Amino acid sequence: MAPHTEQLTRPAVRLRDLKRSFGGRTVLDGLDLELPAGQFTALLGRSGSGKSTLLRAIAGLDHGVAGTGHVAAPRRVSVAFQDSRLLPWRRVLDNVVLGLDGKGAVERGRAALAEVGLAGRERAWPGELSGGEAQRAALARALVREPELLLADEPFGALDALTRIRMHHLLRELWERHRPSVLLVTHDVDEAIVLADRVLVLERGRIGLDLAIDRPHPRSYREPLLGEYRERLLAALGVTEDDR
Amino acid sequence: MTAVTTTTAAPTEAGALPPVRRRRRLAPGRRWPAARLAGPLLVLAAWAAASAAGQLDPAAIPAPWTVLRTLGRLWTDGTLATDVLTSLRRAGYGFAIGLAAGVLLALVAGLSRTGEALVDGTVQLNRAIPTLGLIPLFILWLGIGETFKVAIIAIVVYIPVYLNTHAALAGIDSRYVELAEVQGLSKPAFVRRVVIPGALPGFFVGLRLGVTGSWLGLVVLEQINATSGLGYLMFQAQNYGRTDIILVGLLIYGVLGLVSDSAVRLVERRVLSWRRTLSS
Repeated sequence: MAPHTEQLTRPAVRLRDLKRSFGGRTVLDGLDLELPAGQFTALLGRSGSGKSTLLRAIAGLDHGVAGTGHVAAPRRVSVAFQDSRLLPWRRVLDNVVLGLDGKGAVERGRAALAEVGLAGRERAWPGELSGGEAQRAALARALVREPELLLADEPFGALDALTRIRMHHLLRELWERHRPSVLLVTHDVDEAIVLADRVLVLERGRIGLDLAIDRPHPRSYREPLLGEYRERLLAALGVTEDDR
Repeated sequence: MTAVTTTTAAPTEAGALPPVRRRRRLAPGRRWPAARLAGPLLVLAAWAAASAAGQLDPAAIPAPWTVLRTLGRLWTDGTLATDVLTSLRRAGYGFAIGLAAGVLLALVAGLSRTGEALVDGTVQLNRAIPTLGLIPLFILWLGIGETFKVAIIAIVVYIPVYLNTHAALAGIDSRYVELAEVQGLSKPAFVRRVVIPGALPGFFVGLRLGVTGSWLGLVVLEQINATSGLGYLMFQAQNYGRTDIILVGLLIYGVLGLVSDSAVRLVERRVLSWRRTLSS
């Protein structure tokens, strides 16, 4: 455990006084956040609360968005999007190694595909994959680059419930093997509780709640103790008893 | 077929369910092989039958066999082969130059803002002028020889190639651009792996329009300002009232158009094979 705790002392992401606005509407309002290296964090927030804006700011994808503040993030960052975003004109393996060069890229791509359970589908076209398979391929593409930070923007949002549960296991398993810092943006409170060790709630442009989930993995949705976390998170999200 | 009926057969077992009734199919049924030839063959048969029955004036519409005989004679004479070759050369050169120019300009306009500012407006302006209207000017500039014919065909070809390729380049899904940024692609790699493959479907639309355009331009040019070529042959035949020769010319134009379009389709199917998985 010693090297692990040592890792945690070095932050992977540091945000200071981050401000972002769209057309005069302030989305992020002086947000401060540190993500320790190797931590699995989930980010919750109501729709329109700026979850994606925050993720895109960390990824450096917010060209042309008005804003100020300081963002420090690792060099090797991978992003998993809600859609698998595979290029339809490249075969699955070519999609996985997109942007990866040097010798052994193809071998690493194959290994990554095997790791997400897609061995044998290297030559398939993205159009031939099911939604779950496409999202696995996207995970392989994100992980083959050995990222220090994995940003995931509702990566399971478009999947059916059964596939989603399988993907949860896969993501957690991959995280345990590779230990990147993970920031998982989701609107699903249960997904956040089951997967993450720390859950943030974005509220009025800042981190409104920062909750450590100190329960052993693998976690089950039925675990009674998780219920307390759920209550607190739902309250922070403004879901009252009457809504349920 | 009896299974389709709705009447519930006397249940053989207690509580047996009625047989499932197949819904009436609303889409047209399966395609039969070479079905697209049926219509043209029928027209040909009607033409032959009417000619044989003496229902058609041979001076206006000669019989199919007369046309074929004329074709054979013109070919063995040697004049038809040279005429076809001349026409092919004009169309070929004009098409090649127009294609290259269209793609090049589309890339320049599609990949940089400066290029777009310089090229796009100019091409749009050029497009507004009917190309065949340029013929008198081009004859004065380039003379009545081959150069002017090739130039006109090239202009007819480059416009649809440019327009469709440029639209496809400009319409690359912004999500793929974002992906390329995330994956850390360099600008050349981005162009090679994302922009160009993504623009290929649009390019092929332009290519097919360009092929059609090259034949169209050829016909017009050869019938008004030529002393050789297929169009000239037909123009001469008109003076002598030889409808059979005119039909031979049309037949050859048709075959050339069909063959070139099929060739483009074949290449398109090969290059865009990833699309078949979506449409099939």
